[in-house]
Amino acid sequence: MLRKLLAVGLIWLIFGANLALAAENVVIKGSTTVLPIAQAALEAYTKVHPGVNISLSAGGSGDGIKALIDKSTDIANSSREIKDKEITLARAQGVDPIAHAVAIDAIVPIVHPKNKINGLTIDQLSQIYQGKITNWKEVGGDNLTIVVVSRDSSSGTFESWGHLVLNNARVTSKAQLQASNGAVVQAVSKNRYAIGYIGLGYLNTSLKALTVNGITASAKTALSKEYPVSRPLYMYTNGQPTGEVANLIKFVLSPAGQKLVAKEGFVPVTAEAKEKTLKKGKKQ
Amino acid sequence: MQDVLQASMKFRYFKQQVFFTVVRLSALLIALALGGLIAYIVVNGISAISWDFLTLPPTDSMTEGGIMPAILGTLYLTIGAIAVALPLGVVSAIYLTEYAKQGKFVRLVRIGINCLAGVPSVVFGLFGLGFFVVFLHFGSCILSGALTLGILVLPTIIGASEEALKSVPQTFREASLALGVSKWQTVYKIVLPNALPGILTGSILGIGRAAGETAPIMFTAAAFFTAKLPGSIFDEVMALPYHIYVLATAGTHIEQTRSIQYGTVLVLVGLVLGVDLIAIVIRSYVRKKKRW
Amino acid sequence: MSRHLKETIIKGVFAFFSFVSVLTLVLIVVFLFREGIPIFKEVSVADFLFGQEWYPTYDPPSYGIWPLIIGSAVVTIFSCLIAVPLGILSAVYISEIAPASIKDVTKAIIELLAGIPSVVLGFFGMVVVAPFLQETFDLPTGLNIVNASVILAIMAIPTISSISEDALYAVPSEFKEASYALGATKHETITKVIMPAALSGISTAVILGMARAIGETMVVLMVAGGAAAIPESIFDSVRPMPASIAAEMGEAPFGSGHYHALFATGIVLFFLTLIFNLIADYISQKFKEVGSATL
Repeated sequence: MLRKLLAVGLIWLIFGANLALAAENVVIKGSTTVLPIAQAALEAYTKVHPGVNISLSAGGSGDGIKALIDKSTDIANSSREIKDKEITLARAQGVDPIAHAVAIDAIVPIVHPKNKINGLTIDQLSQIYQGKITNWKEVGGDNLTIVVVSRDSSSGTFESWGHLVLNNARVTSKAQLQASNGAVVQAVSKNRYAIGYIGLGYLNTSLKALTVNGITASAKTALSKEYPVSRPLYMYTNGQPTGEVANLIKFVLSPAGQKLVAKEGFVPVTAEAKEKTLKKGKKQ
Repeated sequence: MQDVLQASMKFRYFKQQVFFTVVRLSALLIALALGGLIAYIVVNGISAISWDFLTLPPTDSMTEGGIMPAILGTLYLTIGAIAVALPLGVVSAIYLTEYAKQGKFVRLVRIGINCLAGVPSVVFGLFGLGFFVVFLHFGSCILSGALTLGILVLPTIIGASEEALKSVPQTFREASLALGVSKWQTVYKIVLPNALPGILTGSILGIGRAAGETAPIMFTAAAFFTAKLPGSIFDEVMALPYHIYVLATAGTHIEQTRSIQYGTVLVLVGLVLGVDLIAIVIRSYVRKKKRW
Repeated sequence: MSRHLKETIIKGVFAFFSFVSVLTLVLIVVFLFREGIPIFKEVSVADFLFGQEWYPTYDPPSYGIWPLIIGSAVVTIFSCLIAVPLGILSAVYISEIAPASIKDVTKAIIELLAGIPSVVLGFFGMVVVAPFLQETFDLPTGLNIVNASVILAIMAIPTISSISEDALYAVPSEFKEASYALGATKHETITKVIMPAALSGISTAVILGMARAIGETMVVLMVAGGAAAIPESIFDSVRPMPASIAAEMGEAPFGSGHYHALFATGIVLFFLTLIFNLIADYISQKFKEVGSATL
């Protein structure tokens, strides 16, 4: 018994001693849309700055902003703007959220590759998501029920979609709520009844992207704002960042970082990077 | 008269055959379910397992590399949970079996333990978040996660320890006390050593439970990706169950990481079932060896 | 220090340690209430429990958890429909019918099944069962009540089986001997004598199995589909309470209405499982169960 207690005490001592030797920590939480960018950036960053311990989580933009307000994260990835309610809550906790736009994203409606439909209008999308249009034949497709796939409420993509497409009307309670862009890809690519929406960077060959109001989503149309469902992606910090946090954000906004943004399928946000994208006429 | 009796007996035995078949089928179905599950996991996951997989961190947005930080994180969390639950649990069990008189207090404690055992894991997660992470300002880290997991497995440890202590024959205690040994020394030198295998089994089962839980660590300790290994108990960690969950639902390349997911599942299941199997074997070995 | 004093101190310290379990339980209740009660300033208890709309992030938000409660109830009932017969029958097999060598193996199988982490079962349900269901029945989605019920049943069976087995084992052998002496077949002895005698233990087992199913989080999070609506068929998706809490807890800012609503949902869930456990405890105490309860 005594020996057991000693062993336990020893283990705790070892843990505690490590406390003194902890390297600088950067915690990043938030959007699953921004996740690929954040992960690529931090992998590249730690190759050059091996002394920094960065931990990354992605539960949705809401998660990130909440963590920023609770002071449990240094950087909050968000695919939507911070809400007024959240700003008030933050100020009350002594937190001053500062936005750093790191990329531009387009939200693309997607369907199963076998779906006959090629495009929808914003109004049709809105009606489908509110549950008012329930069969594909109502929009020119086959006689199949529409399975609405959406994101859950922690998602910034969900909020942006609700804002830009639904005009803040409520999504039907019958919608399948998925936890991330990746989960939506999975759900729609296997389901010929389904419709969903994802960030531009998540498009792949297992899905079919629809045009919105006749416009195809791409880096070009997102930048020129032709494509109606585009939004900036943010990294929020508490006040102006310092130390490693500042370095990390500077890295993301640097040409090297913006190259990673483009590589992940998003639209770079800095001026020169934008130029490069437009010149190459990158189509996603 | 004999014919009627014969016919009725035949019918009754027929009913018995039907019943036995149904019962046997149920047991078989369950065995097949376990077997099928394990076979499926092994078949799909074995291709991902390699020395690199177990010792390297993930790279390239988790599509390559290994799961070593998750294995380590699970190890830390589990050790921390047992470090909390074992002393508390064994001492509680000793009190309940050796010292306590049957009365209101003991009844209350037992109800408390039973109810704690029944609390859903997500409620533990909520509690861990509200109490350890926020109220005590520990933040999301190994400490919060280990404490939350510790109270989750506490009833398991108490239950197993109690059973182990109860199985020590009363005659041992009586002989010791008759020789003038104090109660505490009796417990410490006679009862406890004999109950040790049972307590060990319980701890091992507790380890298996703690290693596999996801909801309690989701908001108290786990991160999707840490660039470095945790340096202190105040760091976030990756963990095997959480890794499976995020790769399968929130990851950036869900389909491409599928084999890694299966590999992680195999490692976790191998760990947990391996640990459980060890406990079962120890228990049956000790039972056979007992000379009382 | 006198021996007597030392003994008293030790007893006191140990008593305190064992009280920690109760303390922890009390703390959990206190915290759940502390963070959950504020929601009732925004919405009445009746509206919260019976409101049909769960839209916690809209402006203005709706905090009605009735669809979540129904979701929990439906998957629990359906999973028990599968788990109760299988669990009890397997217990009968182990305690009465299995030959000695197979008995230990079967017990080990059930214990191992109990040890499988819930996230692994959820993964299996999501990646194997869902596509299977979707293609075989041509469904809009494979993440639905049926899927969740089957997987939850796998989790509940070990609980029901091991507690029922203890109950059957505890039936005095005199009952069996008397039955055989009267000329009953084994089957008749089991169904008409042993099982009724073990009824209180078996009921305890079933109730604890149900409690396990209601409280399970990861499985329903990954497999039940997530639609916060009252289902119309067993192939619909639902959003049981634990799934909603786990999915939304990360994003509810500390102190917001959503945060309090989630804790309040936790209160409802906690009390539901508490009631189940207390009933099971009461039944087993009243009929003086000899076997030990396993988790």
